This record gives sequence, structure tokens and C-alpha cells, in this order.
Amino acid sequence: MKTDILEAEQALRELDEKNDGLVIFAWSGELDKIWPTLILATTSAAMGKPTTIFFTFWGLFPLIKEDVRITGDNWMQKMLSVMNHGGTEHLKLSKMNFGGMGPAMMKKLAKAHGVASPHELLDLAKSLGVKMVPCQMTMDLLGLKREDLIDGLEEPAGATTALLEASGAQTLFI
Amino acid sequence: MSVVISKTLDLKGFACPIPIARTAGAMKEMTPGEIMEVLATDPGSVPDFTAWSKATGNELIEHTVVDGVYRFVLRKR
Repeated sequence: MKTDILEAEQALRELDEKNDGLVIFAWSGELDKIWPTLILATTSAAMGKPTTIFFTFWGLFPLIKEDVRITGDNWMQKMLSVMNHGGTEHLKLSKMNFGGMGPAMMKKLAKAHGVASPHELLDLAKSLGVKMVPCQMTMDLLGLKREDLIDGLEEPAGATTALLEASGAQTLFI
Repeated sequence: MSVVISKTLDLKGFACPIPIARTAGAMKEMTPGEIMEVLATDPGSVPDFTAWSKATGNELIEHTVVDGVYRFVLRKR
């Protein structure tokens, strides 16, 4: 009887450890979605949880280096990068963007209220050991190369890696 | 028993998640049993530091507020 309880407790502990991580699928590349993504990831890492962000589709664009402007091999991919400026400084709002006036005001408000910028949060995430994994398939699709993206990321990987990491963890799709 | 503070982290003016994230980063550099003091102005840091202490096991020895400045005293686990 007593061993049964001890075994059950042990199993629960193991389950708890496995369930302790956080995996965020960062699909959206908008300022107001990248912000909470990075805030949750840095906080989760600060709480000692194994934390991974899997960046896919539009979510890859904030990871483009500031000095890289046009990406892609063909006109369609190049046009995409013209229409959708990469890097953390050119992110749009999902609503009330007003041709860039919305994000400018939002950044001004953030500064006044001591809210860290996405750029600062990315650095913080790296220093706290958040694993940031770019999606290989969407990189190929959108014409993004590893050297177009910022340093400090994990090697690009696929859905299997992401789902394995997410197995048993808390997951968010943002 | 008097509390010897080994490190003070001034995070006044910073909003969530900076106070917790920087505290966690600084805590890594400390040795178990050492005491750190954190100053913040984010009102959300009161429940957040309590939750963080619970999650990480770093003990929140005391928290006070003086003139809108929250002071947290933490012992590294």
C-alpha cells in the first residue's frame, strides 16, 4: 500500500517535471504579438522553466538582422521582403497600424512606461537561455537564409522537433 | 539574526517582465544562501515576486513599500 503511494507520487513528480516547460509557436510577426511572446518567454525562463520559441511564417521576420533589407532568391520572395520589412524596428500593429503611426505611438508609450522593446527582450531571452528555433520549411518558402537572421538562434528545425519539444509542455500559438 | 545583503538591484522605472527577468539573471551569479535586495516601482511586481519565489524556491524574506518603491529581499536557494 505504502509503496503504491510512493510510486504514484514518483510518477506524478516525473509528469510535473515533464510538464514544466513552455513552448510558444510564434507565427505572427506583428509588434503586439511578438511583444507578449517575448514577455512570456523571458518570464518563463526567469522562473526556471525550459522555454522554447518556435518561429514560423510571419514570426520569422522580426528575427531578420537590422542591416539586411531585401531577402529571397526570386522576385516573389524579394517582393515579400519589400512589402514586409524585417527586424524588430519595423513591426506593424495587428490593429490601428495607421501606416506606421500606431507602432510609433505604441513605442513612445512603452518607453514612458518602462516597457522593454522587442529588441531588448530578444537579447534578454538569449541571456536567460530561451531556445529560439526558426522553422526551416517556412525559411525556405519565404526565402530567408540562416545568415539573414540574428545570431544566438538554435539551428533551424522542422515541425517534428517543435512538437517533440512541446510534448507535455505548456504550449501557446501566438 | 541580521541579514547581510550581498547585492542590490535597482530596477525602478522598469515594467514587467524586466524586474523578474533581471532578478533571475542576477540570481544565477549568486551562491546559495546569499541575500539580494531588489528595488522596483512596478506595482505588479508584488504578486510577481511572490509567484517567482514560489516557482523557483528562492525565499522572499520580506517585501516592503516606501514612497512607491517596492523592496524585495530574497535568499538564493
